[in-house]
Amino acid sequence: MERPLTENIRPGQFPPGIVDYERAGGYRALRKVLADADPGGLIKTVTDSHLRGRGGAGFPTGRKWSFVPRGEQAVHPVYLIINADEMEPGTFKDRLLLEGNPHQLIEGIIIAGYAIEADTAFIFLRREYTLAEHRCARAIAEACERGYLGRDILGSGFSLDVYLHSSAGRYICGEETALLNALEGRRAIPRAKPPFPPVTGLWGKPTIVNNVETICNVPQIAEHGADRFRALSNSVDGGTKLYGVSGRVKKPGLWELPMGASIREILEEHAGGMKDGWALRAIMPGGASTEFLPADRLDVKMDFDSVEAAGSRLGTGTMIVLDDRTCPVGMILNLMRFFARESCGWCTPCREGLPWLVRTLEAIENGEGQAADMEILHRHTGLLGPGHTFCALAPGAVEPLQSGLALFEEDFLRHIRQKSCPWK
Amino acid sequence: MLTREELAEMDVELAHYEQKRGGCIEALKVLQRRRGWISDQSLAELADFLEMSVDDLDSVATFYNLIFRKPVGRHVILVCDSVSCWATGCEQILDYLAETLGITLGQTTADRRFTLLPNACLGACDHAPALMIDADLHGDLRRQKIDEILARYE
Repeated sequence: MERPLTENIRPGQFPPGIVDYERAGGYRALRKVLADADPGGLIKTVTDSHLRGRGGAGFPTGRKWSFVPRGEQAVHPVYLIINADEMEPGTFKDRLLLEGNPHQLIEGIIIAGYAIEADTAFIFLRREYTLAEHRCARAIAEACERGYLGRDILGSGFSLDVYLHSSAGRYICGEETALLNALEGRRAIPRAKPPFPPVTGLWGKPTIVNNVETICNVPQIAEHGADRFRALSNSVDGGTKLYGVSGRVKKPGLWELPMGASIREILEEHAGGMKDGWALRAIMPGGASTEFLPADRLDVKMDFDSVEAAGSRLGTGTMIVLDDRTCPVGMILNLMRFFARESCGWCTPCREGLPWLVRTLEAIENGEGQAADMEILHRHTGLLGPGHTFCALAPGAVEPLQSGLALFEEDFLRHIRQKSCPWK
Repeated sequence: MLTREELAEMDVELAHYEQKRGGCIEALKVLQRRRGWISDQSLAELADFLEMSVDDLDSVATFYNLIFRKPVGRHVILVCDSVSCWATGCEQILDYLAETLGITLGQTTADRRFTLLPNACLGACDHAPALMIDADLHGDLRRQKIDEILARYE
């Protein structure tokens, strides 16, 4: 099976330095792109590859790039920002790419930067990824030294600077417009859309924000073309995907598989199934803001459309397993505490609604819940849903709640009836 | 007063941004790395240098959980309390830390050795439960491992 994203990654070892990366074919894609000198054609190739954003929303990457004003409408500087603020609970995939092969990311940045005619790129990295920070900084320095970054890259006339911005915490920074405010040295509060960042982004300039895994796919698409990328996949979305599993499974971890691998394959073949003595109750397919899927939906394919058709979202593709010895109410309470704490506080429904959910769930978990609390919880899934809040944080937060209320209704009611948590 | 070394380190970062304030988070981090935390005095000095009002800079400093506006210990423990770590027992880890160190979340030991803080998902879910001490990640935690880990930090 082909693993173009991770074939040069050796977990637990040093990442390839620039010499090893070049020896393995690295920066060949960049040389090809610069020789072709056709940014528009490159965007078309990426569009045709069916690469969709790997940060969770799944927006077609080539289309996003095409929104940057070009030609006579062009405004400079154009910014490219790599969202390396991986903080979605249950998600640990970008860490592997950042620590394991930073030159792959840098090459992807230069190629993507060439396509959108960017002048400056930032890697927006969460502060806790200290090893990634160290390794990316080194890779940037090496790439500069070799003439892959800076002025007139390899004599092509194209110039690009890449800077590493290590952040200072807060989940909301992963929201792309909040990220822009963080980079401008402001509180990371999301911005109203429209205008959208490709037209009005960082300091009002055209800005593309792409996830780490998305950009790491770019070199192979540029080198081998759209058809080859699509052929890697088992679904309509192109390429391979980093899938992960955490929770009470035998072998928690990450695997690069064809896009569209089934939940069963990932969970049973790669993660080794549940630990002995633990049974599967449900999974969250792609992080804390994706709906629970019940244990009988293991044949769902893990691609954007299939997971959505099953009633959830692919999200980041790193699934979290709920076992039969863990209280689902407690788990949902943990999720809501996270979202309540990480709310930026800007809009009222999110700032006030999420703590209310936390208090209601705490009451139920502590045996002080009342039958009417179920109605309060249900109502909030609508009040905090899409269209009622400034950004996607609260709507994302209520996805597991809404699905959990349906799937674990009897568990909630047992807490209320017996006035205690059955798992304690 | 900001020292020459602090200013030199900040200037490198500030050069990357279209506007001076763009580098204020980096500048706060430079100061915190050198001074341990951001006191009112540090904040005022930095605001002056960045040509921002003190309140404006404070609104930024207090937004980000890894900028410390109160003194912290020599080592900061960030305990992941997100869902994968919760499901694999981070509460027991936290209880043990609290018991061993004699402090609860948000507090610093009397000898100023450790500050204990909760943190959003550390992206180490395949090694849950996990925590960080300073720049070091520690995963696959069990109670027995904690003493041995803590001993490495004086």
